[in-house]
Amino acid sequence: MALLQIAEPGMSAAPHQHRLAVGIDLGTTNSLVATVRSGMSVVLHDENGRALLPSVVRYHADGSTDVGYPAQAMQSSDPHNTIVSAKRFMGRGLRDLPDAGSLPYQFADAPGMVQLKTVAGAKSPVEVSAEILKVLRDRAEKSMGGELVGAVITVPAYFDDAQRQATKDAARLAGLNVLRLLNEPTAAAVAYGLDNAAEGVYAVYDLGGGTFDISVLRLSKGVFEVLATNGDSALGGDDFDHRIYCWILEQAKLSGIKPQDARLLLTRAREAKEDLTAHPEVRITAVLSTGEMVDLTLSSEVFTEITRSLVNKTLVPSKKALRDAGLEVEDVKGVVMVGGSTRMSQIQHAVGEFFRQEPLNNLDPDKVVALGAAIQANVLAGNRSDDDWLLLDVIPLSLGIETMGGLVEKIIQRNSTIPVARAQEFTTFKDGQTAMSIHVVQGERELVSDCRSLAKFELRGIPPMVAGGARIRVTFQVDADGLLSVSAREKSSGVEASVVVKPSYGLSDDEITNMLRTSQENAKADMTARALREQQVEAGRLIEAIEAALHENGDHLLSAAERAEIDEGMASLRSALEGRDHLAIKEQTERLNHISETFAARRMDQSVQKALTGHKLEELEI
Amino acid sequence: MAVTLTEKAATHIKNFIAKRGKGVGLRLGVRTNGCSGMSYTLEFADELNDTDSQFESHGVKVLIDPKSLAYLDGTELDFAREGLNEGFKFNNPNAKNECGCGESFGV
Repeated sequence: MALLQIAEPGMSAAPHQHRLAVGIDLGTTNSLVATVRSGMSVVLHDENGRALLPSVVRYHADGSTDVGYPAQAMQSSDPHNTIVSAKRFMGRGLRDLPDAGSLPYQFADAPGMVQLKTVAGAKSPVEVSAEILKVLRDRAEKSMGGELVGAVITVPAYFDDAQRQATKDAARLAGLNVLRLLNEPTAAAVAYGLDNAAEGVYAVYDLGGGTFDISVLRLSKGVFEVLATNGDSALGGDDFDHRIYCWILEQAKLSGIKPQDARLLLTRAREAKEDLTAHPEVRITAVLSTGEMVDLTLSSEVFTEITRSLVNKTLVPSKKALRDAGLEVEDVKGVVMVGGSTRMSQIQHAVGEFFRQEPLNNLDPDKVVALGAAIQANVLAGNRSDDDWLLLDVIPLSLGIETMGGLVEKIIQRNSTIPVARAQEFTTFKDGQTAMSIHVVQGERELVSDCRSLAKFELRGIPPMVAGGARIRVTFQVDADGLLSVSAREKSSGVEASVVVKPSYGLSDDEITNMLRTSQENAKADMTARALREQQVEAGRLIEAIEAALHENGDHLLSAAERAEIDEGMASLRSALEGRDHLAIKEQTERLNHISETFAARRMDQSVQKALTGHKLEELEI
Repeated sequence: MAVTLTEKAATHIKNFIAKRGKGVGLRLGVRTNGCSGMSYTLEFADELNDTDSQFESHGVKVLIDPKSLAYLDGTELDFAREGLNEGFKFNNPNAKNECGCGESFGV
């Protein structure tokens, strides 16, 4: 006997055609699944009534797995085979994990993404995440009495293409159809925006287990627009645990800790952190495998003190996001708190002080992302008639292509809302050029060498034409999941080439932060560098053209004096080119252009004569 | 005869309508499709139609169009939990046979 849910007017599904969709918050520490039931977004519980599924997977030698609480319970006794916080490794290479040495895993550097050695063989973070998603899918299907048509899975706003792709791969592996990847803060805004219907500019402060994101959103007339995002992909509740852990080692004068003891103390540290949200001080006790005893008392003041720098690390990106959005603190109408870590009192306090208002936390910060994702999934599955709201996300870094001289031409600007498609026309640089290499880059800097290379492909079969004759339209398209495809098309011949950007796994999000920071710090230097490169390219082209012309008929058309003048002009330009003064190069380029004007005019006359010689007037179509 | 709600069903419906923020009540209906000939519809109601039959049960307004009422008269709507699943269940005295899924019935 099926159990029915109340549908929106006119949206009742035919029997066996229920469009069951869920929202999944695939978190670093905990994961959740939610759905919309009878018009209400609810988190789905397991058989024991628990909403959270710890994002922990334990592998057994026979290949079977434990996921969630049973796995978490074993993490100190079986640290190598019990994988926690796998999300941190999604789409990352070993070189992106500076703290790999302090983690209790045996990493294997596989091409593209790290793997973790377990008794069941090497497992990639994608496989680990898929195990978590499978459990959530199973829970959802049992709770809803049918197969899912799809899921919306949330990712941190700062996830790059590699990490988003890895998340999609994990979902596919778990047998889930991904309706869309949704940025976590956007999902939180959906949950708050619809439930509270409050318009205005909001900041979403999301401190999860392993990532920090700050997003500035505008909610108006039911439309969510992300104005700016910033954050730190390697900062979260785990770091607070780690600070307590280090404090324990220091206070108890411990060293040479074994992996299972490290795991045990980290667990104790996390428990202490959670207890401190309700109590002014907590006692931490543990017995290590060496027989050593730990018995300490941690007060709220000391906890605040040892984590002050972590809290401050969240305020810098907050300032930047506001600046990117062109807003002041006063413009922010409310601050939405997301992520279990925002329960810490020093966080509530610091955020309140920074934004000069009490942060909003009337929805459970652990559940708000999943609830919003479920609402979005419900819309995408087609269960809502009044589909009157849009969801706008932004791309975190500008996307562009390399042009002559190693310069970047940005095609899609950073913070553009997605999905987006932009096209720009380019042309050939040399006469008779039949191919063009398209180099797709990501970043804010002016020079390709300072940006991140995403992909390279070639457009071949361009018909030979004079330089500047071909018209090549390059189109960049970013889909709703933030994945990029680039195509190039020569207009006269119709030849086309394209690439879907699946960047090599392994961009560290710290790099994104660094790229943004350096672009701001180097704005002026970059402008000069761009001007220099442009002049260098222009000068090089002029010298090349004149040399070719001189070779062809210089002796014939020029007197010795004229020839000497042009040679002198070229020599001065060449010497200017050795320097780095773009103004000097510009001046010499203009001068050489001027000197060679007569020569160019004579060449023109001669070619006209040549074209006419031997033809009768009536043969010419004038 | 009439169409009624169990108290449990009414409590949940009131809660859903309050959360949704709008709606005058609940609309029950019958459609001619499904493996056994007919199927139930269960929707929020935003407006009344002139021809609707109205029933009030535990404070919830239940609306039914005249065509559907013939098949639904005497029905009690219950809210049930089965394992992890939960939702509404039609106890319909008119239904002669039901398909295994319970979403479709014949008279």
